[in-house]
Amino acid sequence: MTWSATARGAHQPDNTAFTQQRLPAWQPLLSASIALPLFFCAGLAFIGLGLGLYYSSNGIKELEYDYTGDQGTGNCSVCAAAGEGLAPPPSCSCAWYFSLPELFQGPVYLYYELTNFYQNNRRYGVSRDDEQLSGMPSALLHPANECAPYQRSAAGLPIAPCGAIANSLFNDSFSLWHQRQSGGPYVEVPLDRSGIAWWTDYHVKFRNPPLVNGSLALAFRGTAPPPNWRRPVYELSPDPNNTGFINQDFVVWMRTAALPTFRKLYARIRQGNYSAGLPRGAYRVNITYNYPVRAFGGHKLLIFSSISWMGGKNPFLGIAYLVVGSLCILIGFVMLVVYIRYQDQDDDDDDDNEE
Amino acid sequence: MDCSLVRTLVHRYCAGEENWVDSRTIYVGHREPPPGAEAYIPQRYPDNRIVSSKYTFWNFIPKNLFEQFRRIANFYFLIIFLVQLIIDTPTSPVTSGLPLFFVITVTAIKQGYEDWLRHKADNAMNQCPVHFIQHGKLVRKQSRKLRVGDIVMVKEDETFPCDLIFLSSNRGDGTCHVTTASLDGESSHKTHYAVQDTKGFHTEEDIDGLHATIECEQPQPDLYKFVGRINVYSDLNDPVVRPLGSENLLLRGATLKNTEKIFGVAIYTGMETKMALNYQSKSQKRSAVEKSMNVFLIVYLCILISKALINTVLKYVWQSEPFRDEPWYNQKTESERQRNLFLKAFTDFLAFMVLFNYIIPVSMYVTVEMQKFLGSYFITWDEDMFDEETGEGPLVNTSDLNEELGQVEYIFTDKTGTLTENNMEFKECCIEGHVYVPHVICNGQVLPDASGIDMIDSSPSVSGREREELFFRALCLCHTVQVKDDDNPDGPRKSPDGGKSCVYISSSPDEVALVEGVQRLGFTYLRLKDNYMEILNRDNGVERFELLEILSFDSVRRRMSVIVKSAEGDIYLFCKGADSSIFPRVIEGKVDQIRARVERNAVEGLRTLCVAYKRLIPEEYEGICQLLQAAKVALQDREKKLAEAYEQIEKDLILLGATAVEDRLQEKAADTIEALQKAGIKVWVLTGDKMETAAATCYACKLFRRNTQLLELTTKRIEEQSLHDVLFELSKTVLRHSGSLTRDTFSGLSADMQDYGLIIDGAALSLIMKPREDGSSGNYRELFLEICRSCSAVLCCRMAPLQKAQIVKLIKFSKEHPITLAIGDGANDVSMILEAHVGIGVIGKEGRQAARNSDYAIPKFKHLKKMLLVHGHFYYIRISELVQYFFYKNVCFIFPQFLYQFFCGFSQQTLYDTAYLTLYNISFTSLPILLYSLMEQHVSIDVLKRDPALYRDIAKNALLRWRVFIYWTLLGLFDALVFFFGAYFMFENTTVTSNGQIMTTNTHMIFGNWTFGTLVFTVMVFTVTLKLALDTHYWTWINHFVIWGSLLFYVVFSLLWGGVIWPFLNYQRMYYVFIQMLSSGPAWLAIVLLVTVSLLPDVLKKVLCRQLWPTATERVQNGCAQPWDQDSEFTPLASLQSPGYQSTCPSAAWSGSRPQQVTLAVWKGKVSAEPPPAPGCSHRCCSSSPRHGCPGSLVGMLV
Repeated sequence: MTWSATARGAHQPDNTAFTQQRLPAWQPLLSASIALPLFFCAGLAFIGLGLGLYYSSNGIKELEYDYTGDQGTGNCSVCAAAGEGLAPPPSCSCAWYFSLPELFQGPVYLYYELTNFYQNNRRYGVSRDDEQLSGMPSALLHPANECAPYQRSAAGLPIAPCGAIANSLFNDSFSLWHQRQSGGPYVEVPLDRSGIAWWTDYHVKFRNPPLVNGSLALAFRGTAPPPNWRRPVYELSPDPNNTGFINQDFVVWMRTAALPTFRKLYARIRQGNYSAGLPRGAYRVNITYNYPVRAFGGHKLLIFSSISWMGGKNPFLGIAYLVVGSLCILIGFVMLVVYIRYQDQDDDDDDDNEE
Repeated sequence: MDCSLVRTLVHRYCAGEENWVDSRTIYVGHREPPPGAEAYIPQRYPDNRIVSSKYTFWNFIPKNLFEQFRRIANFYFLIIFLVQLIIDTPTSPVTSGLPLFFVITVTAIKQGYEDWLRHKADNAMNQCPVHFIQHGKLVRKQSRKLRVGDIVMVKEDETFPCDLIFLSSNRGDGTCHVTTASLDGESSHKTHYAVQDTKGFHTEEDIDGLHATIECEQPQPDLYKFVGRINVYSDLNDPVVRPLGSENLLLRGATLKNTEKIFGVAIYTGMETKMALNYQSKSQKRSAVEKSMNVFLIVYLCILISKALINTVLKYVWQSEPFRDEPWYNQKTESERQRNLFLKAFTDFLAFMVLFNYIIPVSMYVTVEMQKFLGSYFITWDEDMFDEETGEGPLVNTSDLNEELGQVEYIFTDKTGTLTENNMEFKECCIEGHVYVPHVICNGQVLPDASGIDMIDSSPSVSGREREELFFRALCLCHTVQVKDDDNPDGPRKSPDGGKSCVYISSSPDEVALVEGVQRLGFTYLRLKDNYMEILNRDNGVERFELLEILSFDSVRRRMSVIVKSAEGDIYLFCKGADSSIFPRVIEGKVDQIRARVERNAVEGLRTLCVAYKRLIPEEYEGICQLLQAAKVALQDREKKLAEAYEQIEKDLILLGATAVEDRLQEKAADTIEALQKAGIKVWVLTGDKMETAAATCYACKLFRRNTQLLELTTKRIEEQSLHDVLFELSKTVLRHSGSLTRDTFSGLSADMQDYGLIIDGAALSLIMKPREDGSSGNYRELFLEICRSCSAVLCCRMAPLQKAQIVKLIKFSKEHPITLAIGDGANDVSMILEAHVGIGVIGKEGRQAARNSDYAIPKFKHLKKMLLVHGHFYYIRISELVQYFFYKNVCFIFPQFLYQFFCGFSQQTLYDTAYLTLYNISFTSLPILLYSLMEQHVSIDVLKRDPALYRDIAKNALLRWRVFIYWTLLGLFDALVFFFGAYFMFENTTVTSNGQIMTTNTHMIFGNWTFGTLVFTVMVFTVTLKLALDTHYWTWINHFVIWGSLLFYVVFSLLWGGVIWPFLNYQRMYYVFIQMLSSGPAWLAIVLLVTVSLLPDVLKKVLCRQLWPTATERVQNGCAQPWDQDSEFTPLASLQSPGYQSTCPSAAWSGSRPQQVTLAVWKGKVSAEPPPAPGCSHRCCSSSPRHGCPGSLVGMLV
């Protein structure tokens, strides 16, 4: 670019602090004298925080059980073997027995965990139609192309909900039974299956299509359920607020996980006698074993966990804070040594000269 | 206008064989020549429309797009975009399309706006009315309708509408005055001459009757060259042929002055005018930073490709197990299964490329360009570089080279007008060995206005007196000075001679000084009238000489001559020129005495000229006339033929005497040179002047010091010994000390170490440059360069303009490839200004040619100091940080994406949402770095000026070396690892989960992959912004605003982006993701932790490097930050022991004597500059230095 002399004129340039690059400025320097206290402060703060985090994370109890059904790992192996090679595998029941020697501090959450399951695979992740899930009737009958090959059924009907994510909905179900005294009867522990999905997902993002004649089933007329599903979407739950696209399990499943090993919330235990947690005693979890994971080398786990003020059990954060905090302190000391050493030397020089 | 362009092009290229002629014939007034005249090929000429605009309304979009996509970077992004459109890729085409669109649109809008302005200007120019003659009447028409051959009338103060051949003016003598201020900036009036045979045609009717054709060369851009001839047909005779030169040519853009009206015939119109041809841009220079940037780009391109390759290969290895390739929950469609494996692999490769392509950001180019464009305003705004006297400020002709100003290693400077004022004063003259001084010296005081002759030597004899008068007449006659009569009585050059006020104007200040000097000696040049030069002699009698020929000055011949005829009828040739070009042509005269005097004067730094004459007998003159005429009318090689003719004419001269003119040094020239040398820059003076004069100037401006040992490599010496011997001897002398010397000499601090200065002259140089014939051991260039490198200063005298460029080129392409800067003020410096990496023009007295061809123009030489040491330094650190930071932040950006592929089955799943991918570079992280790159001042302006040695800290592209680049890249990798695995461990185990208390009940919500990406992204945006904050040393309110503002913007944007269901999106994956993340305590903790960990190594490195291995700059920063007496821990002594001295890091230290030198140099600067130069400190330093192995010799200088 060129400026001719005339463009600027032969006038004296503006004399402002900005044009002369003399704006008042703060000129901080990252010198040792500033950094030293900073390191020590940060180090101490981090160690404090880290200790707090570590202990609160340690206070969280977790109980997990792999019910995949590998050989000799419990009674689910029968179901696993029965389902081998069959798609969809037959429904099968098995159980997990455990006992608690003391109160499992509540509120207690029940998760299931899958491993080696790539919900974050790109082809899988895009295989959904958010418009359909938001209840738009047009999208209901015309699922997005991303859903292929779960876009239309063999008969040519549009699949609702379409796509691989919906098709692979986790369909094992669990019920928890408590035996207060040994030999006594098992009492079912109420599982709160609501409030496990994001509030916004459940209330805003996922919507059922408008009812036809007050019936959800009619609203879904002309669509086919995903091929792996045993029931159509409007029969996911008898509760009208928990069926169709706004079924909580479905909504939870549709939030794809970040990593191939993931947990998803199944239920909360917070009602009746169990609001304070699971009292001691023997327990049995009845598992309806439907979901095949051995085909892709995965595992299924069942987890009871409590939470603290900072969420679920996660020792990483506490440890990381501790490590970084101590590192800061260590660096601080190293720098202090360097700092003092060189200062001393200068002082020595001074002394030498003054002699 | 497009048509005309196309037509010109078609004409140029298609008409190759038959129509393409290198001269054109013009019928003046469109009148056919009489039959029998030479046949000629009719040509079509463009009309007089000026099209400076590039585009029209219709072709703007295609043409602009084409231009933009010719840039390799834009093309790359276009390809990526197209790949995204064609194949199924992980990211939507929007992510790369939008930034590209943004960049292209912004550029297009800018260019469109500029073009619209040009259109407006063009229209105004094309529609302005012009008077021209049609059928003997004056007609007004729009300028654009003018055609070649039209006769045009121009009135006073109008600009010429096209290039005209000057036919006649209302002045009787057929002259007119012209200023070319808007063409080349010279505001002085120049005289142009009408063609002899047409100057009588004064009225419209007369001129309509003119019957003539003009033959001239096809248009060429050189403003100062023109050759042509005119054939004037009168009724009976053969046509009269007259030569036409640039003195007959009136250029479009020039303005008519002091002349009521003129007539001229259009010969070049529209886009073929010389002004239009000069619009064409000069060749692009590219800075070293840009070159490094391109190298880094290639590295990143390789990284990108290898990443994509690795992932593609791993993907197929991983997928070799079928349950991974196609698990039951994620089946492929039939068509996907059918696809060819290789095709699939290739598309996968492309998809990975697309996924990682953000590592090379579009926005870097835009930001760099904006930085350069906006940043260059700081130069033009700079008050310190504004010259009150002339009212001129610095000019920036290109902003591409700003940072190159901080990298200069060699400065090639012209002497006259650059180092010196170019304000000449006549000192003395020497006639046949007698010295004349125009001042009467009284008790050692000069009385400037006293006129008279002070004869130092004894009074001359009678014949001597005759010679003396001849000499004065010669000086009075042999010049091209014009007399400006009356209109400007306040002119700068008023004659001191009482009553008459006449002002002399010339393109060469020497001539003015001579004419004025002679005036003081009794001979006054009055004027040139009707080809008669009038001079007023000592007896107040007017003598008239008919001016027959002027053999004008050129820098190759280095002399000029006039041929005049005295009233008595004697014909004289007076010749004036440099001694080297006069002495060989002299056959008579007191050569030895005059030579001695000339040499004495030259040693004193005076500019000397010799004057000689010869008397011509009429026959001789006839011969000369013919010779000249033949050369002048030649259309081809006129230059060469003229030179040959001059060579023949100017010989067998009789030496009369010599003159001496003083040219004062510019203010602060010595100071500037000293500062530049302290900054580690080698200063070479290239001049056409005599060796002695030049050497004296060099001493005066401290380029040579008293203890400098001068090495001469001159023709004289080479005559004595062979070039080979001289070179080897010199190199032996120089290299004897090489071990300790090579680095030290330039600091200018070593008292006892030998300091060398080399003097070389043009002839010796051409010998060196000539390839050796015997072919043994290459040529002498290497040896010569070796010698030059060891010399602190080099003076090249007797240089022809082209040799100046040659020298620059020699250094430029020597094996270290140093960055060169050439500075000069005159036309003879243009070649070197164009050749050097950075060309600087001094807006001086010798016109604007240098300034126009330069990259930057400054009013005075002293401004170079601030230009390089302050502006150059700032621009360099700014742009290097900009470049490194851009690469760094994109490594941070893309590497997590790469890592994520290992956890998502190499499925090209993106980590970040589309909006984040798109906006990361163009809005979240763009403004802080742009502002940094405009505002940053790591040390203050005053410190930089005070302490030139700081310039060495950034020498040799220090901040963009591989080591620094790798440091930044590794830092980026480390940060990326921290972001990714930090988030990974947070998500892996169970749960970073939301307590969900904001929304409703005490629920517990699990995050998905988008929260994962958002967490990484949030940490990243904060880290890279804070990293920049750590690097910022100069926090104005703007920096605060932009840095914190852009973080705030990110948060606000994310809240908005996730807070609304956007109807135009077909997915809602980001809905409430950011808000839910912020509702989670662990996420906050993780962000704080990860940002801290990412910044930790950089902080650590900064603090440790500053403490243990501070650079000169850092030490000065420390010094500024703290009161002097608290500064003790930062005394340079620490560094004397330190293993290295580097701006980057200790690990790769290059030790040696230089760091110590620099240290002390800085320190010395500080001591002398700080108001109370703490005595304790210097004392301590002196006595302790030896203990630290500091060479004892250095101690001396510190005291």
